[in-house]
Amino acid sequence: MSVAERQMDANHTPQSDILLELTGVKKYFPITGGVLRRTIGAVKAVDDISFTLRKGETLGLVGESGCGKSTTGRVIMKILDPTAGTIRFDGRDITKLSGRALREMRQDFQMVFQDPYSSLNPRMSVGALVAEPLIVNKKGTREQIRDEVERLLQVVGLSPEARLRFPHEFSGGQRQRIAIARALALKPKLIVADEAVSALDVSIQAQILNLLADLRKEFGLSYVFISHNLAVVKHVSDRVGVMYLGRMVELADKAKLYSQPLHPYTQALLSAAPEPKRNVTRDRIVLAGDVPSPANPPSGCAFHTRCPKVMDVCKSQRPELTAYGDGQLVACHLYA
Amino acid sequence: MSTPLLEVRNLKTHFISRTSRVRAVDGVDFSVERGKVLGIVGESGSGKSMTSLSIMRLVPGPQGQIVDGEILLDGKNLLKLTEREMTNIRGNQIGMIFQEPMTALNPVLKIGEQIGEVLTRHRGMNKAEAKKHAVELLKNVGFPRAEQIVNEYPHQLSGGMRQRAMIAMAMACQPTLLIADEPTTALDVTIQAQVLDLMRELKNRTGTAIILITHDLGVIAEMADDMVVMYGGQVVESGSADSVFEEPLHPYTRALLESIPVIDEERERLTAIPGTVPSAANFPEGCRFADRCSLVESSCREKMPELRELRKGHSVRCTLAV
Ligand SMILES: Nc1ncnc2c1ncn2[C@@H]1O[C@H](COP(=O)(O)OP(=O)(O)OP(=O)(O)O)[C@@H](O)[C@H]1O
Ligand SMILES: Nc1ncnc2c1ncn2[C@@H]1O[C@H](COP(=O)(O)OP(=O)(O)O)[C@@H](O)[C@H]1O
Ligand code: SF4
Ligand code: SF4
Ligand SMILES: [Mg+2]
Ligand SMILES: [Mg+2]
Repeated sequence: MSVAERQMDANHTPQSDILLELTGVKKYFPITGGVLRRTIGAVKAVDDISFTLRKGETLGLVGESGCGKSTTGRVIMKILDPTAGTIRFDGRDITKLSGRALREMRQDFQMVFQDPYSSLNPRMSVGALVAEPLIVNKKGTREQIRDEVERLLQVVGLSPEARLRFPHEFSGGQRQRIAIARALALKPKLIVADEAVSALDVSIQAQILNLLADLRKEFGLSYVFISHNLAVVKHVSDRVGVMYLGRMVELADKAKLYSQPLHPYTQALLSAAPEPKRNVTRDRIVLAGDVPSPANPPSGCAFHTRCPKVMDVCKSQRPELTAYGDGQLVACHLYA
Repeated sequence: MSTPLLEVRNLKTHFISRTSRVRAVDGVDFSVERGKVLGIVGESGSGKSMTSLSIMRLVPGPQGQIVDGEILLDGKNLLKLTEREMTNIRGNQIGMIFQEPMTALNPVLKIGEQIGEVLTRHRGMNKAEAKKHAVELLKNVGFPRAEQIVNEYPHQLSGGMRQRAMIAMAMACQPTLLIADEPTTALDVTIQAQVLDLMRELKNRTGTAIILITHDLGVIAEMADDMVVMYGGQVVESGSADSVFEEPLHPYTRALLESIPVIDEERERLTAIPGTVPSAANFPEGCRFADRCSLVESSCREKMPELRELRKGHSVRCTLAV
């Protein structure tokens, strides 16, 4: 995608309003084989992705299992180094950042995971868990840190006494609140939430979604919100990106994306999502077959093996993500 | 009106140990009509899986015990059958599919062998016939390369393919009732759509009734003729899916419907249900939803509300519902 289009993507946002910018990011995982464990191929988990995130904005990432959502999140967090491309955060190129500079930068972005059970050390008290990032980064005296922990627990809707208890004494939703309190401790600017409500029961999911919305308002947070649930993503996001086999196939304001999806894959996804309503007659597009392996993605448009509108050109030429109409970005030859 | 295919009456399945009694299923009533889909919806721990395992008489013992109730299949009480008679019912009349197909598929047997085994055992086919028929069944569940798939092992298939293979296996003995416990929960939406389509198509073609268990109200809205809402080991609302979606009578059902984001609507703020599901080892007296209910009155905590039929065929377990 050209720089011009990237700007269009962020609706002519001046550079200073952009918090995060990914340009041509790839993440390949080597596949080794044979007795010599030589590299014989690569899983193209993320294959050339570009997008921007404005300050205070929530960008949703949707797509099916294995399409590269979590890998994208982990590359943003610098948990994984990208194979190619650049990541800019708050005006700074952080692609090559390491060591102390990275540790300092890291305070500004935090991640919340799907599984509140495994992301919290079971042997640490809740207070110790929330205090840990503050202690590691020397954010005050013991008393100050204790007060701050109590405040953070209240912010996420837990009682200050919770700090004395251990994660296993809490329900899934409460554990997710603990994880969020911990993520908030260093006053980050960006939170990458990877399936943060997917493991929760619906009645609890709503509590956490409301909490995330409140925190956003209160602290001006930006989110990259990763989920396979289209309705949840629509609820929380300003803009939504749809991924398929490591690529961004469509990226637009949520109102446009959901009312007027352009990419055949987005159309199929939306038509397949069951809605809790009776007698909605929808023309369901049932895709044949499974998602191909990212170790061996189809040539041309990676969706061509399942696309109901496939044309000859799709099999050989990879469609670029380009602006269509008033700024909706789509990677499909139908709109070339 | 003919008798229902399956009637569950006052079913209680508890896990009993020296120190505790977990009331996993605690007085459940519902029925399944012939050729219809009954959807059972509820949050995790509400007793959905234990209800279905009770019907199959596969409750994990020795702690898990069916302590009360009747399960009538075609008028015959399954709880009175010998283990041998029950094995026969499981193979021939009731089929079951699970959330995680790998728990039901044998990893060291080829797909064709597993389906073939069901056919030789329950339908008296010889090996060659069984293999041929297995290919047929796999084609019916939408495998384009069925001839090859019979020779593959479960781990060689994707999640959606395994789920379809398990459906083929469950359908092999032409059951009159298929119990599907979260059959699409682990699947992607486009694959879920394939599997739901398949189940609907099989039902229409064979007349098999289905109990579809899920925590997803969207799946229920799409598939169910009748539905049951479970909370704390009990049925809190039941009726035709049309009537429950049209007029949910239980405060919990209403709250659930308001708490989920919906693609078709813009919801400024979700109506969250405060608190958490009560523990099955320690239910409160009276209404089990009382601690989370916005309409709660003191009378709700005094006595367990009865499941009352408030509209024709539409029942609710709430003292205040009118
Ligand atoms: N460390 C790794 N080594 C090798 N392959 C990996 C690694 N991490 C991820 N992958 C592969 O990269 C692809 C993308 O994975 P990723 O976890 O990003 O998917 P996802 O979109 O988050 O899926 P899900 O919805 O299942 O969480 C998958 O094919 C996955 O198997
Ligand atoms: N083996 C077991 N021992 C003790 N309690 C159990 C066992 N299996 C399930 N339970 C309890 O029974 C209740 C209902 O479980 P289940 O039917 O699996 O719920 P669902 O399928 O609705 O999520 C839960 O409280 C659960 O903890
Ligand atoms: S480029 Fe071709 S195959 Fe790909 S989505 Fe568009 S029409 Fe379908
Ligand atoms: S009985 Fe009372 S507490 Fe229970 S659901 Fe009805 S109104 Fe709420
Ligand atoms: Mg993931
Ligand atoms: Mg279950």
